[in-house]
Amino acid sequence: MDQLLTDYLPLAVFIGVSLAFMGILMLAPFLVAVKNPDPEKVSAYECGFNAFDDARMKFDVRFYLVAILFIIFDLEVAFLFPWAVVFKDIGVYGFWSMMLFLGVLTVGFIYEWRKGALEWD
Amino acid sequence: MTDQSTLWDSLLWLAINVGLSLALLVGLLVLVAYLLLLDRKVWAAVQLRKGPNVVGPWGLFQSFADLIKFAVKEPIIPAGANKGVFLLAPLATAVCALAAWAVIPISENSWGKWVISDLNVGILYVLAISSLGVYGVIMGGWASNSKYPFMGALRSAAQMVSYEVSIGFVIITVLLLVGSLNMTDIVRAQSNGIGTSAGLPSSFLDWHWLVLLPMFVIFFISALAETNRPPFDLVEAESELVAGFMVEYSSTPYLLFMLGEYVAIVTMCALGTILFLGGWLPPVDIFPLNAVPGIIWFILKATFLFFMFAMVKAMVPRYRYDQLMRLGWKVFLPLSLLAVVVVAAVVQFGGVS
Repeated sequence: MDQLLTDYLPLAVFIGVSLAFMGILMLAPFLVAVKNPDPEKVSAYECGFNAFDDARMKFDVRFYLVAILFIIFDLEVAFLFPWAVVFKDIGVYGFWSMMLFLGVLTVGFIYEWRKGALEWD
Repeated sequence: MTDQSTLWDSLLWLAINVGLSLALLVGLLVLVAYLLLLDRKVWAAVQLRKGPNVVGPWGLFQSFADLIKFAVKEPIIPAGANKGVFLLAPLATAVCALAAWAVIPISENSWGKWVISDLNVGILYVLAISSLGVYGVIMGGWASNSKYPFMGALRSAAQMVSYEVSIGFVIITVLLLVGSLNMTDIVRAQSNGIGTSAGLPSSFLDWHWLVLLPMFVIFFISALAETNRPPFDLVEAESELVAGFMVEYSSTPYLLFMLGEYVAIVTMCALGTILFLGGWLPPVDIFPLNAVPGIIWFILKATFLFFMFAMVKAMVPRYRYDQLMRLGWKVFLPLSLLAVVVVAAVVQFGGVS
């Protein structure tokens, strides 16, 4: 078998086995446990009250902002991975190119910090 | 003839792989069961309690009793819930947490590497899979159609992604020293370092925790936040959100969330062991110590890290959410970014090979 297959097929097998394992665990109570639902039991939990309204409500935009910032920085990390692996081969030129990139990114980071995107109050 | 023999070869190969996967999975789950007991015992000891001590000698079978209890409880699906997503969420959490273990090498000896799949992009795979863990949380919180789970899921997702970034940068600093994404290579690289360059035998002084001590500390704290452990367990802060995104879950769907969480914690311990504590390498490479099988050292080191997780849980008060986000974005992110620059500069100009 070629390299790719011998590397990744065991991975798929492992994920399959753990999926089966967890699936069985998940199904077990649906097969063996008593089921006796009543309207109170299956209503949404809200500290003893009936639910006031639907839970799919508006939420703070800052969660959204954090997600966007995460994408930027996680992409940056993903970009750094191959650079770090070949770091010893690419020499001074490779080093300064990445420093330039990180510098540009730091400017953006300082901008968002000064804009208050990171404030939670 | 040849067709048949290749078929048999493939089937044999499949059987071996399924067998190995099952062995790792069962070993891992038993380990998690006992680490969970350790967690509760440590927590109890700090608070001068006895902890679980009824089921079996010293409560050794407590986790298995819990498993059986969960399996025979009534599973409740809320009327307003989105049933498919509601049931998929715990499955996604647990399977994502377990999937990371396919690439974690637990030892290496004359038989070869003790790993399911020796990926050359191992660490990248772990980072990717641990990011996917967020999906289970978001799906669970949204599908429940209840307010506490929804808010818990939002908080949890924001928290997990915030600390994911600094863990990524910390991993980069290790990669700069090692120059490979393969987990086995990362451990092997730690048999040479500060100690050996001073003429000592290969020992714990060579491991990355010493050269990258600040990074190890950042990694440890980020791992706490990433896995929603106290003091960063804002998600399930009982006083505010009851149990966070797990409020509406019962029975084994709930168990799968808990299991996924603990497996993720053990994964982080194993990752810390591989990146910073020399994996399966003995503390000092001299006779009685290097005769011990590598897997023993690996489990001991991972358990030590887990013990630190447990002690932090027992002793440190909970963070407030704005403090949590401040720590992640304004302290750890700049620090780890700076560390990447410093480590790269030292490797480039400092003559460290």
